[in-house]
Formats: sequence, C-alpha cells, structure tokens
Amino acid sequence: MAVCVAVIAKENYPLYIRSIPTENELKFHYMVHTSLDVVDEKISAMGKALVDQRELYLGLLYPTEDYKVYGYVTNSKVKFVMVVDSSNTALRDNEIRSMFRKLHNSYTDVMCNPFYNPGDRIQSSRAFDSMVTSMMIQVC
Amino acid sequence: MSPTQWDFPVELCCRPMAFVTLTGLDVVYNAVHRAVWDAFCANRRADRVPISFKVLPGDHEYPKCRPKRTSYEWYIPKGILKTGWMNKHLNLVPALVVVFYELDWDEPQWKEKQSECATRVEIVRQSLQGRNTKVAVVLIQKKTPLPPGEDVTASERAAALCNACELSGKSLFVLPHTDHLVGYIIRLENAFYEHAQTYYYTEIRRVKSHKEFLNKTTHQLLFVRHQFKIAFFSELKQDTQNALNNICRLCFQHNTPLDAIAQFRKHIDLCKKKIGSAELSFEHAAWMSKQFQAFGDLFDEAIKLGLTAIQTQNPGFYYQQAAYYAQERKQLAKTLCNHEASVTYPNPDPLETQTGVLDFYGQRSWRQGILSFDLSDPEKEKVGILAIQLKERSVVHSEIIITLLSNAVAQFKKYKCPRMKSHLMVQMGEEYYYAKDYTKALKLLDYVMCDYRSEGWWTLLTSILTTALKCSYLMAQLKDYITYSLELLGRASTLKDDQKSRIEKNLINVLMNESPDPEPDCDVLAVKTAQKLWSDRVSLAGSGVFTIGVQDFVPFVQCKAKFHAPSFHVDVPVRFDIYLKADCPHPIRFSKLCVSFNNQEYNQFCVIEEATKASEVLENLTQGKMCLVPGKTRKFLFKFVAKTEDVGKKIEITSVDLVLGHETGRCVVLNWQGGGGDAASSQEALQASRSFKRRPKLPDSELHWDSIVIQASTMIISRVPNISVHLRHDPPALTNEMYCLVVTVESHEKTRIRDVKLTAGLKPGQDANLTQKTHVSLHGTELCDESYPALLTDIPVGDLHPGEQLEKMLYVRCGTVGSRMFLVYVSYLINTTIEDKEIVCKCHKDETVTIETVFPFDVAVKFVSTKFEHLERVYADIPFLLMTDLLSASPWALTIVSSELQLAPSMTPVDQLESQVDKVVLQTGESASECFCLRCPSVGNVEGGVATGHYIISWKRTSAMGNVPVISTAVTLPHVIVENIPLHVNADLPSFGRVRESLPVRYHLRNKTSLVQDVEISVEPSDAFMFSGLKQIRLRILPGTEQEMLYNFYPLMAGYQQLPSLNVNLLRFPHFTNQLLRRFIPTSIFVKPQGRLVDDTSIAAA
Repeated sequence: MAVCVAVIAKENYPLYIRSIPTENELKFHYMVHTSLDVVDEKISAMGKALVDQRELYLGLLYPTEDYKVYGYVTNSKVKFVMVVDSSNTALRDNEIRSMFRKLHNSYTDVMCNPFYNPGDRIQSSRAFDSMVTSMMIQVC
Repeated sequence: MSPTQWDFPVELCCRPMAFVTLTGLDVVYNAVHRAVWDAFCANRRADRVPISFKVLPGDHEYPKCRPKRTSYEWYIPKGILKTGWMNKHLNLVPALVVVFYELDWDEPQWKEKQSECATRVEIVRQSLQGRNTKVAVVLIQKKTPLPPGEDVTASERAAALCNACELSGKSLFVLPHTDHLVGYIIRLENAFYEHAQTYYYTEIRRVKSHKEFLNKTTHQLLFVRHQFKIAFFSELKQDTQNALNNICRLCFQHNTPLDAIAQFRKHIDLCKKKIGSAELSFEHAAWMSKQFQAFGDLFDEAIKLGLTAIQTQNPGFYYQQAAYYAQERKQLAKTLCNHEASVTYPNPDPLETQTGVLDFYGQRSWRQGILSFDLSDPEKEKVGILAIQLKERSVVHSEIIITLLSNAVAQFKKYKCPRMKSHLMVQMGEEYYYAKDYTKALKLLDYVMCDYRSEGWWTLLTSILTTALKCSYLMAQLKDYITYSLELLGRASTLKDDQKSRIEKNLINVLMNESPDPEPDCDVLAVKTAQKLWSDRVSLAGSGVFTIGVQDFVPFVQCKAKFHAPSFHVDVPVRFDIYLKADCPHPIRFSKLCVSFNNQEYNQFCVIEEATKASEVLENLTQGKMCLVPGKTRKFLFKFVAKTEDVGKKIEITSVDLVLGHETGRCVVLNWQGGGGDAASSQEALQASRSFKRRPKLPDSELHWDSIVIQASTMIISRVPNISVHLRHDPPALTNEMYCLVVTVESHEKTRIRDVKLTAGLKPGQDANLTQKTHVSLHGTELCDESYPALLTDIPVGDLHPGEQLEKMLYVRCGTVGSRMFLVYVSYLINTTIEDKEIVCKCHKDETVTIETVFPFDVAVKFVSTKFEHLERVYADIPFLLMTDLLSASPWALTIVSSELQLAPSMTPVDQLESQVDKVVLQTGESASECFCLRCPSVGNVEGGVATGHYIISWKRTSAMGNVPVISTAVTLPHVIVENIPLHVNADLPSFGRVRESLPVRYHLRNKTSLVQDVEISVEPSDAFMFSGLKQIRLRILPGTEQEMLYNFYPLMAGYQQLPSLNVNLLRFPHFTNQLLRRFIPTSIFVKPQGRLVDDTSIAAA
C-alpha cells in the first residue's frame, strides 16, 4: 500500500520515517519534508476555533508524477505522512483514512509506554514497526 | 536537429482566428475602399470577433485542393500532420471570400453592372476550386438605404443580383458609405464571422466523415491527424469545448484551470508510456520535459492574467516535473550516448532534409515518407540514431535543469512552500556540482543547510553536507572543508562509522598541513585539479588559524560550561567546570582550551595549554588529558578569585575556545558562544529534561552528558558579615513624638573592622507621602522639623575591635499614623586572605523593622449649658460650658504637661482659663476632662457656625527622660451655632430650701431685642409649694431693660421638688416657648426637711 510512512514531531523533525527499501530513501525523505509545507498551510488555515471537532485527516497533500502524499495531524500537532504509489488506484480515500487511524492508534500505544519519552525518535517499538511493515507489505 | 527541436511551432503558440479574405478592394488608389479596409483592420479591440482579414485581388490563386478520394483503402499516411497544414488553414485557405462591388440600387446601367458583379463572383469561385469556402458580396453604396420593405426596386434588384451570382440572400450585404462606417463594418464582421463558423463546422463534419473510412490497423496515424484537425477547426470556430483535446490554453482563457490541469494530466498519462525506441529514450524525456515546461509557462501566463493559483497547484510543480524529466534525459543520455571519442558524426548528415524543414510533425528526417513502423532500412536507422545521440552529447543538460529549477523555486517562493523551495535549491546545488560550478553549488547548499538543521532532518542534512564536502574538497576551500568535516563527524550526521573514520583521518591530515584523500565518487579530472590545489596549499605553510563559530551547526565536539553555584562570595574562589565530549569515531587531541568572560581580566586564569605546565589553579590535569575519548565526558575544573570591584555584578562566560591543531601550523578554533551548546543542543536539553529514564550507573568520576545543565553565569556577592545588629525600641510610636530607636552593633569578626558606617531611616521604596511625614535625627533633645531627612546615610561610627559593641540612638518623628518600614544598614571593611591573596572585603548587614504609629490620645469636645445640659447651639451672650475629654490611647503612660485653650476672637471667657489637667499622668484607657465657661457675644447669622478656637495639649511619655522635648498637640475645636433669643430669663434662688422656711426667688427678665416686649407671665401652682407673688401679670419691658419678678416660695415637702413653673408668653414671638425657657431657669430644687433646733425641747419631747 504505502511506499513510505513518516511520523513528524510537533516541531517538524522526524520521529519515525521508513520507506520501502528498494527505492531511494533520500527521495522519500525530501518528499515527506516538502509535504510539511502543505500540512503547515492546512493547519494554519483551519484556525484555532474548531480545534476540538476538526478533522484530523488532511487528505491528499499534493500529487507528484509517481506518488501521492497524504497527511494526518493529531491534536497535539504530531503529523503523519504517507506516500502512496500513484499507479495504485485501488486505494480510496476511505482506505487511506483507516490506515491513518490505525497508525494513530499505534502511535498512541507508543506514547503510552512509560519508557518512551515524548519527542524522542521512535526506535525501539516492535509493535509500531510491525504495524508499519504490515501497511507497506500489502502492496507488494 | 537544433537544440530548439522541442519548441512548438509558431502556429501553436498564437491564438487561432477565423481567416477571411476581402477582394475587390483597391486600397491603394480608392479612398473609399481604403476607408473600408481601415475600418476592418485598424484598432481591432478584444471585444471584436476574432477574424484575421487579408486583402487579395479577385483572381488570387488559393492552394489547390487535392482531388477527393472516395476510398482510403490505398492511402497510406506518411506522418501524423504535415508541417504546413496549420499555416495553410490559418493564413492561406480562407473560410470566407468577400467580394466588394460598388453598386447603388438606383444605378441607371443596372443590367451591365449586375453581370459584371456576377462575373467577379464566378472568378473567385473558380480560384477556390471546389473548396467549401463561402463567398459573400458586399455592395458599397453612396446613398443611405431606405428602411427595408419601403424601397421596392431595391428588394427586386437584390433578388435579381442574388440569382445572377448564385448567392443566397444571406450572403449579400450592403455597405452604405456614410458617416457610420465603423458601425456598419462591425455588423458586417459579425455576419462574416457567422459564415466562417459555418465553414469550419462543415470542415469538421468533412474530417469526421473521413474517419468512417479509416482502417484501424493501417491508419493509426490518420486517426491522430483527424483528431488534431477537428480540434484545430474547432478552435478556428472558437468552439473551445471541442478544442480541449488539443491544448489547454483555451481553458486558461476561459478561466477553468482545473479542466486545463485535468486535460494536461490525461495528455501526459497518455504520452508517458509511449517511449519509443530505447536508444533514443532521452528524446522522450526531453519531450516530456518540454511539455511540462510549456504547461508551466501557460499556467504562469494565465496567473499573470488574473488566475489565482494555490499552494498545491501552481506552475512550480510543472517546472519541477520538467526539471525531473530533464534530469532523466541527462541520465539516459549519459548511459546511451557514452560513445568512444573515435565515433564520428555520420556523413552525409542523415538529419538534413532537402528543404531543411520536416514535412510532417514528429517524424525522423531520414524516414520521411516511410509509411509504417517497420524499419525498412536498419542501416540507415542506426546511423540516424547515432547522429541524434551525438547531437545529444553536445546539449548542456545542467543548464536546462538549473533554469527549470530556478523557475520552480521562484514559483514555490510565491506560493509559501519554503521546504519545497529548499529542496529545489538543494537540487540546483547538486546540478551545479555536476556542472562543476562548485562555487555556486556551495553557495546554494550552504544557504539551505540551516533550514534542514533547524528542523532536525539529519538524513537530509548529511546528504547535503556530503555534497558540500565534495565541493569544498574539489576547490580546496580549507575553512569550508573543515567546517563540513566537523559536522559530518558530529552526532547529527547519519554517516556510517567507516565514512566518519575516513573524514576524521582527512581532517587530521589537513590540520597537520597535509593533503586529504579525495572524496569518493568525484569526477576523476576534477580530483586531479583538486590535488594540485591542495599541494599548493600545503607548500604555502602556516596558512593560519580558522576560527569557527559552532553555535550555528552541530560539530563533533560538544561543550558545556557550568559554574558550581549561581553565586559566589567574594572571599571564596569562583569555580566552574568545562565539560567536553567528542562524537567522532577516534580519540582526538586538542592543544588548548580557553574560556573568555565578560570581564576579560579573568581570561588569563582559565587557559589549559599543552605546551605550558598545568597551573596550580587547575586540578587533576596532566599532559595526557588533552585527549578526548569518543563518547566519554571530560571535565576540566577552573577556579579564579573574583575582583572586589565585581561584587554585585554578574560574571558571564562569553565564549569557550577549543583549539585543534597547532597555532604554529594550521589550527581550528572551535568557538562556543556563552557556556557551550550548538544548533541541536537546546532541543536535546529539552528532551533530557522531560525524560524519566533512569540512566545507567557510571563509575564515580564519570557523568552523564545529558544530566549536565549549562550554567554560564554567576553572581559575585559580598562576604558574609560577621556582626550582629540589634534594635531596641518601645512600639508603637506616637504621632509627632521623637521616637527612640537604639541600634546596637557588635562585631564577631576575628580581626578589627574598619570604617563602620550606619545608614538608617525610612526604608526607600515606600509610599512617597511617608517620606514627607517621617524625619530622622540623631539628637533627641530637640524636635526635628521638615528639614530633616527621612533616611540618614553613611553615618561614620568608627572602628570596632573583635567582640566590641557600640550603641547609637536614633530618633524618628512620624507625622502621620500608619505603619512604616525602617531600615538599619551597617557596612564595614575588613581585610581577609584567599588563595594567599590579601583582599579588602566590604561587608554589610541590614535589619528592617516595621513600626506602627498611633495617636497618643483622643480628644472629645462638647458644649453644655450651665445646667450641664447638652447644647445643640448656644445663645448669644448667655454663658455656656465647653468640656474637653482627653482619652489616652497610648499603651504607655502619658504625662500631660499642660493644656491651653486658645479662644477665637468671637469667644470670650467668662472667668480665668486655667488648665485643670497640669501634670496629670494618664494610663492606657484613662481620661482627663476640663471645663471652661465661655460666652459668645451676639453675632449675625453666620453660616456654619462660629469658630471656637484651639485646644493645645503639651505632653510626653511618662517614661521619657527630662531632656526629651515636650510635644504640643493642637486640636481644633468645633464650630458652634450661635442663636439670638428675644428674652432672657434667669433666676436667683438659693441652692436649697427647707421645709416651711421661706424661699425667696427672683426672676430677671431681660429684653434682648430693640423692641418693647409685651410679656404675659403666670406661675402655675405646685403641690410642694405655697408661694406669694404675682400669679399672673401682663407687662411691658423696654428694649435692653430688665424686669425683676420676686416670689416667695414656701416649701411644704422635703426632697427633690418641682418648683412652681414660670410660664412666659411673648406676644411678639409666638415661638418663644416655655421649653426654651426651662433651659435657663431651674425647674426643681432640693428641699431639706425642717431642721431641728438645737434646743432641748425636742429632746425633752423625746
């Protein structure tokens, strides 16, 4: 499904980023980083009034020739970015949304770990890792 | 093929318009015709219909129409579209030919003229030769036509003319040559336009009808040709919906960018897969790149015309994509076109055609007219491909890419995409690197590096740094090379250890004034040049010291400075630690560590140098410790003695310098501003502070880096005083008294203290009014006045030996009640020794005390009549009593020294005003009263009453010594209302009566007015008395005179008895009542029982 999954901290540094190993990793890093422009813009456009009941899913951030980049932002301004191959037309908005929800749940579990310090990179969570793997494997 | 081979033909880039030719106009010699032509051409504004006009002679030869085919079976297309086709339809083949002819309806030679006109039309028809082009006739008339239907000849002749020319009535027009020429012309134009549209519509129908004949296998190209033709005709017809298939310009014109984008996407998706020959795939990439660029240009143009783009959909994306394809083209060209130098350009040039112009769009020049995809001539094909490949080699790809990228950067900047912009700038930098323009590459990369650094994208930063390091290596830029190495070795770098080792080795080489090894994956030629540059640098020995400020990046040595305490007393040495930690893979030596302060005098004490011996100030440091082991925290302790001038000041570490390499040769000075920390450390510190993680135990001497908190400044505070200050006083203070405060200072120092000074008084910073009403003096024997200050400063007290104590009396006078804070501050000098240095310390100690001020007593004043009855008001000339009541509120006994009544001029004393409370001592809650008999002469009616005067009490504390001044407190007495009465009655009677003994009572009635008063007097009998005198009388009293009434009362009963009441009735003053009267005369008297005579009769009777 996804070719790259990233979790970005409130301060916009990466907490977790993984892409399929066959492709150039750097390319995805750049792609995720540049997508933050759109995320920032969307967050600021939403304004403060509707913080509580706003939609976390940001939708398609921007399409490139080969990939589609989707975004999701939690209430604590942690961003999830997912890159999907454009050729994969089977993925509807709803699927992407549910994938993000899954990712969010898994991220919440990581946060609940008393040994995890919020703001640290997510390095040693096997559950989170395998969840991301499952989201990336389904394609191939 | 020229480098512009991918540019679009001119025909595609202009706005297509319907083509109409005008014949029969002699624009050169005929002024009327000239005017008509000008009206058609001049000032064509945008609101006029899109038609391009051309004047041609009537017998102009139009392009020949090929004979119509009935079947396409045998027709094999040679290409998709002929190159001349579009031009043909835009500028050669008209949609409408208009024949102008001068003819009025009332022309006398009508028949001849009519046939001449018909001939002209026929000529035009012939020259068109079977094309579907429409023909129209315009009659230029000199007369204004009558309204339609009224001119019978006109309609008849028009019908005849149409018949003669084989025209429909709709194609015949009349152009009266009058003042309203332009108006008629516009009407004509619209009519022409309609005709042109019909023409293009039939053309479309015609092309579409061809389609039905086509055979799918052989006529693929024709399909495309026909599609294109339909679109083109539609466009000529301004039918934009149909033309969408072709190009998106119209969409933008019609303000539907989304359609345009969608259209473009469709187009691209379709073309993406059609790569064509593998050997020439770069051509495809180039074509794609061009497509994107063209679309980006169109988009941008549309925006300039007022379209609004958004962040996620702006021309930048298309430029970016164009750049990607250009990069792809470069990649492909690199792999496909790496021919040996010996491969020469084929001769004859297969790309040359006879005409120099291709017949069909998108066809190989050596395959002109080849009908199918089967490659008939493989040899020729090969040569052709080679030629194209060799041409491709000469293309400067990087330039194209950089232009596209910089276009994209400009767009993204506009649409608030800073990160996208940075990314593109990185790509530009990399492209410059490939183009061997290292200076520009470095400039760009350096510019964006900080963005990635500040956001903590270390992977990306590392990649950029790696490229930058290559650039700086290839240019032998020492400082840049060192800076990038420092960061690539640091903790932010994601390089593998082997890479780090290599870079560290190179860095050490550079510091030892040797050449570094080349960076991997560099161009071989460039490396050769670089090596030469480096060896030149080496021979230029001692190329200096490089100071690198580290706060803007993440170097491989981290530093933290920490003062042991937030403040130090001046008599103890200031201590602080510098912690260093290296993140590189191998241990590294440094030659010097020095610390700078805001007071530079301390800098000299805080240097560690390899060459010199460790000074005594430094602990646990030997030569071997100038080495940093990776991952281990090293601590360096420094201490110095603060200057006494710095007491009360902040000492700050302004910078820490770590020198790598030797100052004699090359060396790098890492310069940390403040107490250490670099671009990443603040975020790390924040994370560390949030962390609850338990850190693993380390050996005693080692520390966790994260647990060290930077403390870059400390305060120097004065030495701790060793004296005691005591205050003795009896609160509360009483208003205006000289309140005594006894200050006792005792020295507990080991040595003599000098220059003891006392500052005492109201503590500054309180209510400003208090300062005005508080005065401090050292002398208690005299009252201080306004001129005394609220705070006495620096009163010299002299020296004190150890154990000695001194006492100082302070007097405070508080003018208002309330609480005040008083400060007593004692300062002195003492000599002490620290670290074998003798210093003079200034110490001080302060005490504050809050003192409440209260009134010493409350004074109550009241007015009573001579009968001690309360008076609301007093009566003129009638004596009354003033009673004062002094209630002590002080917790301490008070001595009233004396009191004095200062009467206002309007009051006169009835007798001597002597103080009755002299020398009275009042304890808390006790009171002292005085009574004065006064009289107030008659005054007019004074508003608010008459002033009475002042009551002045002189007092002091009973405990106060004799020399303490007496305080006088003045109380303003209340005003009193004075009233005149018409008649004053007073009674003269003994103080008591006795039963059955005559009691003479004399009433004096005095007329106080200037009128004669008629008075009715009566006396009511009483049970207790018998009386003699006038019981009822009416009399007159002259002004100012007195009337006496004498009565003899004879008491019957003993005890306190009511007297027979006297009633006075003034006829002139009905308000004068007996009630008032009774204030002045007694109503009762004590009657003693009948006294026993001191004779024996009574005893005998007993």
